[in-house]
Amino acid sequence: MNSTVFAPWDDPQEKPLIRFRNVTKRFGDFTAIDNLSLDIYQREFFALLGPSGCGKTTMMRLLAGFDNPTEGRIELSGQNIVPVPPNKRAVNMMFQSYALFPHLSVWDNIAFGLRRDNMPKHDLADRVEEMLKLTRLEKFARRKPHQISGGQRQRVALARSLAKAPKLLLLDEPLGALDKKLRQDTQFELMDIQEKTGTTFVIVTHDQEEAMTVASRVAVMDEGKLIQVATPDRIYENPESVYVADFIGDVNIIEGRASAQGEDTYRIDWAEGQAPLLATSPRPFSDGDTCHLAIRPEKITISADRPEDAANAVQGKVHDIAYLGNLSTYHVELASGAIIKAQTANTRRISRRSFTWEDPVWLSWTATAGVLLAN
Amino acid sequence: MRRFFLIAVPYVWLLALFLIPFVIVLKISLSDVALSIPPYSPTLDLSAGWQGIKDFFAALDFENFIWLTGDDLYWKAYLSSLKIAVMSTALTLLIGYPIAYGMARAPEEWRATLMMLVILPFWTSFLIRVYAWMGILSNEGFLNQLLMWTGIISEPLTILNTNTAVYIGIVYTYLPFMILPIYAALERMDGSLIEAAEDLGCSRAQAFWLVTIPLSRPGIAAGSFLVFIPALGEFVIPSLLGGSGTLMIGKVLWEEFFSNRDWPVASAVAVVLLLILVIPIVLFQRNQQKQAEADQ
Repeated sequence: MNSTVFAPWDDPQEKPLIRFRNVTKRFGDFTAIDNLSLDIYQREFFALLGPSGCGKTTMMRLLAGFDNPTEGRIELSGQNIVPVPPNKRAVNMMFQSYALFPHLSVWDNIAFGLRRDNMPKHDLADRVEEMLKLTRLEKFARRKPHQISGGQRQRVALARSLAKAPKLLLLDEPLGALDKKLRQDTQFELMDIQEKTGTTFVIVTHDQEEAMTVASRVAVMDEGKLIQVATPDRIYENPESVYVADFIGDVNIIEGRASAQGEDTYRIDWAEGQAPLLATSPRPFSDGDTCHLAIRPEKITISADRPEDAANAVQGKVHDIAYLGNLSTYHVELASGAIIKAQTANTRRISRRSFTWEDPVWLSWTATAGVLLAN
Repeated sequence: MRRFFLIAVPYVWLLALFLIPFVIVLKISLSDVALSIPPYSPTLDLSAGWQGIKDFFAALDFENFIWLTGDDLYWKAYLSSLKIAVMSTALTLLIGYPIAYGMARAPEEWRATLMMLVILPFWTSFLIRVYAWMGILSNEGFLNQLLMWTGIISEPLTILNTNTAVYIGIVYTYLPFMILPIYAALERMDGSLIEAAEDLGCSRAQAFWLVTIPLSRPGIAAGSFLVFIPALGEFVIPSLLGGSGTLMIGKVLWEEFFSNRDWPVASAVAVVLLLILVIPIVLFQRNQQKQAEADQ
């Protein structure tokens, strides 16, 4: 394999396709976007992730041109697009409600944007057919939107927004209306289509799993600010704040006081009567600083006896078990009353499960398993 | 049994309030004028038995319908009514659509109030409102006084007792019937459709023409029928606001009935009017049905 990793954000030579420069958007007293700067590169599949009201949809509407920033610039290929109206932008959007025209057939819906460009009839028909093929909708071309299923409607909306070959495609919660199984299939389809067309995608979602699956980079937002922008694995493994660690996936947060113990290693005093924990961190902490150890449940081992040579080990008893089929999450209550979650794969049948409610167990993890965060 | 009863209620209603009166009117239209009470003959005499019924049917004929074709007053009145109904429907649409559009686009908290304002005139008697227009439009009326006071005109305009006054009256009276169905169609339209159209390269005007208008078409059709059908047979407005030159079939019918006391001819006029109205009514029903199917 000789393929290079797709990471234009690490290349200082690369010119971003989209630049938000100190963009602020206020609605009356409410600040939806707060002095935000962000670069998005060509061919990226960029996810905006956050709870509702965090400003992610506003970001999308700013890109589409439905709203204009109160302050700052937005550049597309180096040009300020703030004064450009939505119908003149090389940006198309797939709406959360799909917004298919109910009075037009699937074919005419897809052709709608091309007709506005006065594309010659023959080219137009070819382009529509191409889009129908890409989204596997050939059979439904003559139907009206109310005559097809939700999944098919979603694909019509995608085909329609891709038909004009935009520089940038915006997807607002594109899979929100689909059921879980269909959503997962469609995620991969979306990635395939993105790769085939080479279009830059910006997706808005509140579903962190979806963002992790499809995106090349994820931006976690809260209250109009970017909290962290990174690849999905870095967001998961190296969150920069407790907020991000907590927002993405399941996590145990242990608060304590740090004191240095060797190079990049810290001792954390965290509870009365509990042995201090050990954790490595590239981020420096001064002695006595408050710190938070974020550790994922799957990185904690659960055992009946105290494991030898484990850097960290605590004892408790099983308080609750969340059985997910392939995995089980054990909620272990420590003597202090704190609950720590540990996750294991169910490699054995449930009848042969090693631990059950109220069993005394040991939890252990290495010094490198968790991330030490200041806030 | 219960089901039968439920179905029977609307049928009895239709039978008693539509079919039986229609049959009576049809019968009178086939009769002859007579100086008696009621002012037509024959009347059904059941005491004469079978022979009586036979005589009754033998005396009915289409004389009055043939009479209608003989005098050009009648077909001119039908044509003139059609023209006035079509024109006033178009005018109502032209005025009602922007109002409905404005209402549908207004902030949510305003819509109920705006709706109230549209319906409010119904709280006053229709006749009083038409009389009020006489006060506004007459030569010494408020409109002329205002225009002369501001110096726009020096001689009063003659509006009352012309077709213009009839148009004003019909448009004013039936405007809510146009506004409400269009508003209903526009109000439930998803706003993101317009954004999608703009996103795909439409200007505001194109988006309006290509998306808003087609999606409000059922409302436009419903509103137009609701104005056209009663306007065609309108009687009060042309007789109060119109002049001697205003020819409308509703007025002709009234005069036949009350001035000439010619019930049979008046009934014939009414039957023909009904036949003319059946066409738009059937079209209206089909429009409603198509809309219901599309909504499923």
